[in-house]
Amino acid sequence: MMKAMKSNVRNAYLIPYALWIILFVVAPILLILYYSFFDIEGKWTFENYEKFLTPIYLKMTLNSFWYAFLITLFSLLVAYPTAYLLTKTKHKQLWLLLIILPTWVNLLLKVYAFLGIFGTFGLANAILKTIGIGAKQILFTDFSFIFVSVYIFIPFMVLPIFNALEELNPSLIDAARDLGASAWTTFRRVVFPLTLSGVKAGCQAVFIPSLSLFMITRLIAGNRVITLGTAIEEHFLVTQDWGMGATIAVFLMLAMAVIVGMTGSRKRGK
Amino acid sequence: MKKHRTWANLYLIVVFIILYMPIFYLMYYSFNSGGTMHNFKTFTWEWYQEVFHDDRLLIIVLNTLVIALLSAAISTVVGVMGALAIYYVKTWRVKNALLALNNVLIVSPDVIIGASFLILFTIAGVKLGFISVLLSHIAFSVPIVVLMVLPKLEEMSPTLIDAARDLGASQWHMLSKVILPFITPGVFAGFFMALTYSLDDFAVTFFVTGNGFSTLSVEIYSRARQGISLSINALSTLLFLFTALLVVGYYFISQKSSRLYGIGGRK
Repeated sequence: MMKAMKSNVRNAYLIPYALWIILFVVAPILLILYYSFFDIEGKWTFENYEKFLTPIYLKMTLNSFWYAFLITLFSLLVAYPTAYLLTKTKHKQLWLLLIILPTWVNLLLKVYAFLGIFGTFGLANAILKTIGIGAKQILFTDFSFIFVSVYIFIPFMVLPIFNALEELNPSLIDAARDLGASAWTTFRRVVFPLTLSGVKAGCQAVFIPSLSLFMITRLIAGNRVITLGTAIEEHFLVTQDWGMGATIAVFLMLAMAVIVGMTGSRKRGK
Repeated sequence: MKKHRTWANLYLIVVFIILYMPIFYLMYYSFNSGGTMHNFKTFTWEWYQEVFHDDRLLIIVLNTLVIALLSAAISTVVGVMGALAIYYVKTWRVKNALLALNNVLIVSPDVIIGASFLILFTIAGVKLGFISVLLSHIAFSVPIVVLMVLPKLEEMSPTLIDAARDLGASQWHMLSKVILPFITPGVFAGFFMALTYSLDDFAVTFFVTGNGFSTLSVEIYSRARQGISLSINALSTLLFLFTALLVVGYYFISQKSSRLYGIGGRK
């Protein structure tokens, strides 16, 4: 009697949560799969998959991955030293909070700011002029897309690396130095391998979203850069070809599963 | 060694300047009477007045706040229940499966969430607008709350529950007098995260918003596509001040729970 009641209460906890899983996790994935087999007229077909495997879409996919790779690489190159130096500062939790603070500013506002900064008469061109290079077209180029994306993602890369560095036992570094390793060797053989989990978590947090940044490509790259995300948005909201959009989404989900598998399960909440 | 430190500080300063420059750039030009984001002419409050006289915009701000508060509150309730459900599951296989399903929406790119929810709502016959946006925001906030609350539950000593039960506490008393007080910091952290995720979301909302209903992010996007308008700058200054307040609140709560929780990798 007592036991039955207890498990009833426990099941009561499970009901809303299980409903959420079924409605908003399982059903959407199945629906995307289902829709990928329909063409724009609602006929059952494999045409979308055939279309996806043509050079146009494959090139777009490769392009999208290449941009995501570049964005991840540059974010890592900026974020690792930042995280490393942050751990050496006094009041490091406060500095970390200051790194995170810009992520609370609406992403679109930050992107919009770059419309002004990179504009023809904006700050970037003013600086270029004063150092004698002269004004350049910055907006609507690959450079501006990658720069703005890296800017958006730096905090998401810094945070996991910072946490990994914080967990590193400092006596390991002392030991390496005592045993005669140079600063660079210590970093390469001790510090970096031990913080790899943070680097992986950061790369995962940057790479997957950067495959789907349609708002930055629309505002900053002026439709010059087409990523998987832009294509999905285009098919769902502009051309209304949901089948093709769903097919691209299926491939994006597959890519995502591979990346999550490769970078290991993400550590969270710590 | 000393030289090292100067370079290190210089690097950090440059990073901080780049991180904050766009935000302050927006704020600075929000006072420009010239109407552009270059050539500061004279100081003016004009754009702020425009924001406060723009009824449509104020309604959108209100919508955004209502959606954020409601979705954060509901997803906190569902998320706490979810965390309790996962906590009570004893077989690790089921537990891992639940955790994996929980994390699907966190690692999914926003466009996929948006597109799949658009299909879902269309099939289920939910009219695109307030309800669909609210449901989507609840949906993507639940897993974050679960991840904020679960570590707190795991931290709790099981003897606490045993003791309460031995002393004759009912299930409800156990929850309200023992478990909830213990996990309160996690619950608040989850609520705040859900709130900020909702306020910040653009891509998912953009897919499920339909005509006639808009949130701030969607509105900023459609205005920014038409070019520069300094009332967006004025709005961003106001929003920045508001967020700074939220962050201070969040900071004090996470100080209480002793550690700054990881900020997930969405967006």
